[in-house]
Amino acid sequence: MRFSFHAARIIAIASLAAAALNPAQAADKVRIGFISTLSGPASALGVDIRDGFNLALKTSGNKIGGLPAEIIIGDDAQKPETGKQLADKFMKSDKVDFLTGIVFTNIMLAAGPAVFENKTFYISANSGPSQYAGEQCNPFFFNTTWQNDNLHEAMGKYLADKGFRNVVIIAPNYPGGKDALAGFKRLYTSKIADEVYVTLNQLDFAAELAQIRATKPDAVYFFLPGGMGINFIKQYAGAGLNKSIPLFTSGFSADEDTIKAVGEAMVGMSNSTHWAADLDNAQNQKFVAGFQKEYGRYPSLYAAQGYDAAMLIDAAVRDVKGRIEDKDALRAALRKADFKSLRGDFRFNVNQFPIQHYYLRVVEKTPAGAIHNRTVGIILKDHRDAYAGACRMK
Amino acid sequence: MTLLIIEQLLNGLQFGLMLFLLAAGLTLVFGVMDVINLAHGSLYMIGAFLMAGIAALTGSFWMALPLALAATAGLAWLLEISLIKTLYRRDHLTQVLATFALILIANDVVRLIWGSQPLPLNAPEALAGPVELLPGLLYPAYRLLIIACGAGVAIALFLLINHTQLGMWLRAGASDREMAEILGVKVKPLFAVLFAFGGALCALAGALLGPLSSVQIGMGEHILIPAFVVVVIGGIGSIRGAFAGALLVGMADTLGRAFLPMVLREIFSASVASNLGPALASMLIYLLMALVLFFRPAGLFPARG
Repeated sequence: MRFSFHAARIIAIASLAAAALNPAQAADKVRIGFISTLSGPASALGVDIRDGFNLALKTSGNKIGGLPAEIIIGDDAQKPETGKQLADKFMKSDKVDFLTGIVFTNIMLAAGPAVFENKTFYISANSGPSQYAGEQCNPFFFNTTWQNDNLHEAMGKYLADKGFRNVVIIAPNYPGGKDALAGFKRLYTSKIADEVYVTLNQLDFAAELAQIRATKPDAVYFFLPGGMGINFIKQYAGAGLNKSIPLFTSGFSADEDTIKAVGEAMVGMSNSTHWAADLDNAQNQKFVAGFQKEYGRYPSLYAAQGYDAAMLIDAAVRDVKGRIEDKDALRAALRKADFKSLRGDFRFNVNQFPIQHYYLRVVEKTPAGAIHNRTVGIILKDHRDAYAGACRMK
Repeated sequence: MTLLIIEQLLNGLQFGLMLFLLAAGLTLVFGVMDVINLAHGSLYMIGAFLMAGIAALTGSFWMALPLALAATAGLAWLLEISLIKTLYRRDHLTQVLATFALILIANDVVRLIWGSQPLPLNAPEALAGPVELLPGLLYPAYRLLIIACGAGVAIALFLLINHTQLGMWLRAGASDREMAEILGVKVKPLFAVLFAFGGALCALAGALLGPLSSVQIGMGEHILIPAFVVVVIGGIGSIRGAFAGALLVGMADTLGRAFLPMVLREIFSASVASNLGPALASMLIYLLMALVLFFRPAGLFPARG
């Protein structure tokens, strides 16, 4: 009896070893871990990215690259620890093939190292830290949206071109905010009247607004994602500052979620963007109509980002014919980015961040009374981020 | 520069008066009923959510305000006659544990009813713009409303506490509960009314501050700690203390946040100063509390002894 038990153990170990050494077969499904901010004042952003991502899946019959897709969704509640824990859980126990969805840069930087060490591909549907664009660029990090500085570089150039000479700039004190103002200052070369950093998730700006009034700049530029921006715009108008000092921002605080919350007070606000609902290509028009039909609201740039991230993964998986275990082939396919983006043609720079145009939009009231953005022109053409030179990937 | 200081003083006054609304209810519950009520912040949150919900349904800010207040007061009254009254004879730790559990329950109930995203709540249209107080000084009309409401409640509370029989019972209960009971004060209905009244004050603060902040889950916890600091500085059980403490804390926090970065920027870089400034300013209120307790361990205007 002991002998056969011993034999059984050997057979068991041998078969386990054989299974472990089994050459990679094509996977039977694609698992994607989606971590985003789905609660709290910035939840509108995460919810839109998720809805855009899900719309892409629905359009393809819940398949990624021809394989059935399984999405696991987690809410980081805007806490870096929670985001990191979710990433660890998705990788270790759910064994996801891709991770995506994180909105905030501080959460991205917290979760990133473990993801890259685990050799899991991260497709960013929002955050584009300068760290991952430059020195710490990583073969497992792909950004389909923008490097954090880009939209602010565009507005910096626009304000410089328009002749503003004394600008107050405001952002929250976290890596995304610092990147934003660094980007603005790169292409806006005149005088910065004041550079104000507020606490992340601060919602009452009475003290800062009084300060702006006393400084008397000729324009104010802000980057305050989510509910922060909504409150800032409302309180700016409440303090009467919008009558004397024009307010500028990036598309992050001038899109559908903000417009819905603020309303009339936003009409006339110029903002920069990489994607707009009125961009004239077939897949974009189909996306905008499809999103309205599915969710009953206009898509924001966050929704477009979620959609494009899904489409990139879809194209890459199709390109490797489902053999996603072959990481080198998958990486090459991702870098090729052979998909129809909602922005038109899409290509990556060597640091796996996009090279694309940045447009100027203005918030307007349509004759029917609805308030939406209208694209006015291109500010930056085929723009590359400033950190690519420091990246040593080929 | 003077206009800036006046504007920041008004901001500090506004913050202080809202803290007073919360601290008044908290100090009375703590002082008269000897109950540490951590769920006070949850009543603030529930008040704000009810306000946002009713305002969305009716489309009117002014109609929603009394309804939200009444609903929260009713909820607080129900809470008192069911759960809180079992906590009177218990020690403070048990009260902390029980009311902490209430916070968690309240957060999840709100999530069940309204979802995890913040609710939009806007100031009434008429008050969305500024008012010219002095030539060159434009101040948001809505914040002036808040100041007016806070001041009105302060005056009403002062009259209530000092010039009515109910106020006499409250002061007696805060001063020495057992003696008041022996002397014939009807404790049970008094406590229920008191708790409901505290709930209404919280709801008022939540409803008024909703348009300026964000009606979201967990908003109560942010404001609870400063409210406790105010109660400790002012003296437990004392409305006058809560008023003085609230104004002190409100001014210290706002003026600190406004002027410390400016001062620090002379010495450090913009990023460091703007990080250090708010951090030091929020430390200010605790330093203030430590200082007050050092010289006056029972607070500025203690009700007992």
